Amino acid sequence: MWGSTLLGYVGIDTIIEQMRKKTMKTGFDFNIMVVGQSGLGKSTLVNTLFKSQVSRRSSGWSRDDKIPKTVEIKSVSHVIEEGGVKMKLTVIDTPGFGDQINNENCWEPISKYINEQYEKFLKEEVNIARKKRIPDTRVHCCLYFISPTGHSLRQLDVEFMKHLGRAVNIIPVIAKADTLTPEEKTEFKQRVRKELEVCGIEFYPQKEFDEDMEDKSDNDKIREAMPFAVVGSDKEYQVNGKRVLGRKTAWGIVEVENPNHCEFSLLRDFLIRSHLQDLKEVTHNIHYETYRAKRLNDNGGLHPISSSSDTQESNL
Amino acid sequence: ITAFSKIQQKNLEGYVGFANLPNQVYRKSVKRGFEFTLMVVGESGLGKSTLINSLFLTDLYSSEYPGPSHRIKKTVQVEQSKVLVKEGGVQLLLTIVDTPGFGDAVDNSNCWQPVIDHIDSKFEDYLNSESRVNRRQMPDNRVHCCLYFIAPSGHGLKPLDIEFMKRLHEKVNIIPLIAKADTMTPEECQQFKKQIMREIQEHKIKIYEFPETDDEEENKLVKKIKDRLPLAVVGSNTIIEVNGKRVRGRQYPWGVAEVENGDHCDFTILRNMLIRTHMQDLKDVTNNVHYENYRSRKLAAVTYNGADNNKSKGQLTKSPLAQMEEERREHMAKMKKMEMEMEQVFEMKVKEKLQKLKDSEAELQRRHEQMKKNLEAQHKELEEKRRQFEEEKVSWEAQQHLLEQQKLDASRYTLVHTIALTLALLLLLD
Repeated sequence: MWGSTLLGYVGIDTIIEQMRKKTMKTGFDFNIMVVGQSGLGKSTLVNTLFKSQVSRRSSGWSRDDKIPKTVEIKSVSHVIEEGGVKMKLTVIDTPGFGDQINNENCWEPISKYINEQYEKFLKEEVNIARKKRIPDTRVHCCLYFISPTGHSLRQLDVEFMKHLGRAVNIIPVIAKADTLTPEEKTEFKQRVRKELEVCGIEFYPQKEFDEDMEDKSDNDKIREAMPFAVVGSDKEYQVNGKRVLGRKTAWGIVEVENPNHCEFSLLRDFLIRSHLQDLKEVTHNIHYETYRAKRLNDNGGLHPISSSSDTQESNL
Repeated sequence: ITAFSKIQQKNLEGYVGFANLPNQVYRKSVKRGFEFTLMVVGESGLGKSTLINSLFLTDLYSSEYPGPSHRIKKTVQVEQSKVLVKEGGVQLLLTIVDTPGFGDAVDNSNCWQPVIDHIDSKFEDYLNSESRVNRRQMPDNRVHCCLYFIAPSGHGLKPLDIEFMKRLHEKVNIIPLIAKADTMTPEECQQFKKQIMREIQEHKIKIYEFPETDDEEENKLVKKIKDRLPLAVVGSNTIIEVNGKRVRGRQYPWGVAEVENGDHCDFTILRNMLIRTHMQDLKDVTNNVHYENYRSRKLAAVTYNGADNNKSKGQLTKSPLAQMEEERREHMAKMKKMEMEMEQVFEMKVKEKLQKLKDSEAELQRRHEQMKKNLEAQHKELEEKRRQFEEEKVSWEAQQHLLEQQKLDASRYTLVHTIALTLALLLLLD
């Protein structure tokens, strides 16, 4: 195929505008899962990220609730709107993870949940009479909260990320980063990154899915800065005449959106402003496809329906 | 004190001088020196080592010596480090017991067992040394205080915290601390403390209680401490300059968290309480309550196994002479037993050695036989060869002889022939 120069203005570039209008009308879904021991500030961070009370905590759960005896999966959905764009945001919380005395296999309920969502989507896809827009409940992103011990990753962290790194996009974050001084932060990050490398854990953005050089250089910069050390807060204080989100301690105010204080703004820009769509695409094109291929290979197909399922298999 | 009230009180008519008694006690104890054992328990990364360094202003865990948290442990270990600190002529032998690996695994069931075993073994050592006849050297290695570090989650106690404290509150003085307190704002800290105390009461955990005194002033101080339990601490030995003053603290981009500032954290309260005011009380409670609990339980178990309760009870209240006799007998018996054991061992060793020697002798003999056989075989071979050689020689000689005979015959024949020919010629010529 060779390119041909146009002799005048045709109007092909308006397709972007048309796509925009369409997506704005249909809106889109985003499902984010938060995993980590209780008390690491998961709910606060999600609220801060989406600048609204969208976490489980705000929907009637209080801080004094007892730690559940097994890992539970609780999801809460909200529709938020910005600039005419509607987003159905689902936050999936995992209370009880890593809180027991014996935490063997506490990642299993989570793994099961993720696979169940893939299964649901697969069943819809394989149906004869498919819905126009399959409801997407698959987990697009999993924020894993690392406790800021300052030493290294815990055994549990490594186990979880090893087991789930191939099924979902994992973004590790260092929680409650206001515990660490800047030097401790850099040291800790380096150590965590090295450990992740040694254990062969690939977090999002995965190196193998970089599409071109531009992607690779952008993502390399992000990978160098990960895991982001974040602080969350939903309270506002006055600092130098401005109102900022922060945490007030006796020796100063930690500003959440100040890049010198913590990397919250980096995380937010990365997650929402630049890579939101990419997260969904990687989930759909790679993680979901891996699941689908495994499922169809294992069973020789799902329950026999009709020609549509056969064509699906032949496409494999 | 009630005993004293029955006795008449008399007023002194002059200065006697026993008011000096506390000074004498003081001087004697200073000469003897003090011992204190402190145990720290908590998950790794909670700042235990830093806090110990800050409390005692030393570098027990310096950057060269990798503190326990830097070494990855597969199971819970119990490690002791001793340090001798001197201040104002008073020496303190401080033992820090650390528990690296506690709460760090994926499955932490029974991670408290090594800790319990350690505490019990120290109690047992003390019990044994107390029951001996010669008690001059009685080192007190019992654990006097256990600092339990709670992670600053802001929610409440974890199941592991509750389990641990329930199992150890009757063996050691537990002082729960909120670690890395600079993670929380003052309001969060307050709420967290309330929640923890509520849970501690709910689970009937008996943490170390500050004693009530007669002094009103002191009681007020004690009440202030009690209101701030559990103490939220921050540790650091780095010196930072704040407003012209040099303080120990942690430097953040938004400010400096000062370790010794009462508004920032409860470190000073902990230090004063632990070292300056209540160290002796911690030792007393350990001795009078926890140790006595252990002792009565241990000895009751012994008497329970005995047939006659009275007889065994009598054992405990025997006169010292009888006790001494018994101990001497015990000692003799032990010595005899050891002697017998050593004899047995000696005999066994001798037997072994003899056997070995016999074996090597047999081996040597065998080899000797083998070599002799070899030699004989070689000898025979040689003989055989020699015989062959002789035979060959004989046959060769015979052959030579034959050849010579033949030659001789041949020459004789030619000689005769020539003589005959000449004779014939001569005849012809005649």
